[in-house]
Amino acid sequence: MAIKRIGTRTVKLENPPSILSTYTIVGPKEGEGPLREYFDEILEDDLWGQESWEKSESKIQEETIKSAIANAGLATKDIDYLLSGDLLNQIITSGYTARQISVPFFGLYGACSTMSQSLSLGSMLIDGGFADKVVCATSSHFSTAERQYRFPLEYGNQRSFSAQWTVTGAGATVLSSSGNGPYITYVTTGKIIDPGIKDVNNMGAAMAPAAMDTLINHFKDTGFSPSDYDLIITGDLGIVGKNIVLELMAKEGYDLKGIYTDCGVEIFNNIEQDTHSGGSGCGCAATVFNGYIYKEMLKGTLNRVLLMATGALHSPVITQQGESIPGIAHAVTIDVNKG
Amino acid sequence: MEYLKAFVVGGLICVVGQIILDTTKLTPAHILVIFVTAGVVLGGLGLYEPLVKFGGAGATVPLPGFGYSLAKGAMEGAKSKGIIGAFTGGLEATAGGVAAAIIFGYIMALVADPKTKN
Amino acid sequence: MDNLNKKDYQKYAERKIPKPTYFKNIILAFIVGGLICVVGQIIRNTLFKYGLDEKAVAAGTSIILVFLGAFLTGIGVYDKIGKIGGAGAAVPITGFANSIVSPAMEFKREGFIFGVAAKMFSIAGPVLVYGVGSSIIVGILKLLLTKGR
Repeated sequence: MAIKRIGTRTVKLENPPSILSTYTIVGPKEGEGPLREYFDEILEDDLWGQESWEKSESKIQEETIKSAIANAGLATKDIDYLLSGDLLNQIITSGYTARQISVPFFGLYGACSTMSQSLSLGSMLIDGGFADKVVCATSSHFSTAERQYRFPLEYGNQRSFSAQWTVTGAGATVLSSSGNGPYITYVTTGKIIDPGIKDVNNMGAAMAPAAMDTLINHFKDTGFSPSDYDLIITGDLGIVGKNIVLELMAKEGYDLKGIYTDCGVEIFNNIEQDTHSGGSGCGCAATVFNGYIYKEMLKGTLNRVLLMATGALHSPVITQQGESIPGIAHAVTIDVNKG
Repeated sequence: MEYLKAFVVGGLICVVGQIILDTTKLTPAHILVIFVTAGVVLGGLGLYEPLVKFGGAGATVPLPGFGYSLAKGAMEGAKSKGIIGAFTGGLEATAGGVAAAIIFGYIMALVADPKTKN
Repeated sequence: MDNLNKKDYQKYAERKIPKPTYFKNIILAFIVGGLICVVGQIIRNTLFKYGLDEKAVAAGTSIILVFLGAFLTGIGVYDKIGKIGGAGAAVPITGFANSIVSPAMEFKREGFIFGVAAKMFSIAGPVLVYGVGSSIIVGILKLLLTKGR
């Protein structure tokens, strides 16, 4: 008997896990963006002394996780589970990171939705009584994503205006069965929604319906309305996707104006930094949540936030075969009170 | 005058490419393939030759010019050596550029590292 | 969202995409592409001055332009030219060189056989396949048509 489920898609956490600490490391470009003061560490060089971008991304994730654990006043032996994922084939960043951080590890793949996916599962592990301390983490790197999904770095192509810029960075959250908050209070798990978009340069439009689906079901299940939140934030829909969500949600009867934004819109000065539709990648929601949102919640400027990281679950192989891009969005409610 | 012609002809060929890029979902790789094949076809039909006469490097430097050289080489090969020439002529005529791309590509990979964009 | 009309949504999403700056892109492609061709013309004329015949000049011009494209890619400049010039940088033979050198550099860390050498033609390979393939057809057609006469 699933006593913690409410409605069709949501879990209400009975003993909401508390966030003990977070940590973020970002690349130089993110460090020039409007959220720079919220990041714990800004790299001067995104290769970070490593031989390859992949190794650099792994180091970024590893150092982020270690620092988050240290920030919580814990040691790795105190961690019951590490839940992490990334964008690279076979989630090698996370696998090689977990090789360095010797704790029980579940590798996740949710593309750019990984931050709220890992927070969802981590919260449920704790509330279910299976763990006391869980680390949720994810990372992305512009240069590893470019070579896997797009073109070599030195190739002279033009980017379309709906294209997004993969964030170089990682974020980690330490969740605990006890603590003073902020707490994870609700988890609404997304379904795959595929609106049939095939343009890999228009991910925002491909993922927006998934975000709306999760959001509408979250409201239905919990009885919340947009005004119950101080901030509703999607992961990486960018400017294009954000506008679609605002417009279509209004048609569904939800006015999100002033409450809703997107991590991809916020992380860069999209015009000055020439990032077109905005930031993307697992690291986008991860750094904005663990940096900006968490710190604003500690300050008390934000009390209840809905984080909804969004993922596009495609690969170059399958899009070359003519398939469309399936989108997903997972929502977690983060509240300074226990609910 | 020669330089002006090269500028205008070369520029216009690139403009055609840019219009295709901006109005369709085709990638630069598609454009390159379409342009080289178009050059071969136009060269085979004898329609590219006048453009080369007029535009000089403006017609030979863009990829349709590469296609034109391939077609011209294959036709000349066919004329002088028959069927074997049809196979070897195209690559013979363009061997310089292709060989240069291979060796310079390799050397650059040896000495240079890609830098991230910002 | 289960009842989302995909066709309507795709049309709607298409309208939401900011349009490229057509006019600016075309002007820049014209200028960048034109200038590269002028460089080509300068090289051609110089080689003619050295008394090379037409075939040697054509080959020499290609080799030098490919070198320039490769060199500018190596020092990290050609991707910036490409960003500004778009097709104006991609369509000249220097762009062909860029499409070969950039993956060769990019995949160096995967080794010199499966990295550099195997990936070198990942973008330019199709150009050779279709260019050379169609030229052979043209050659054979030429043969058949002239024999028929």
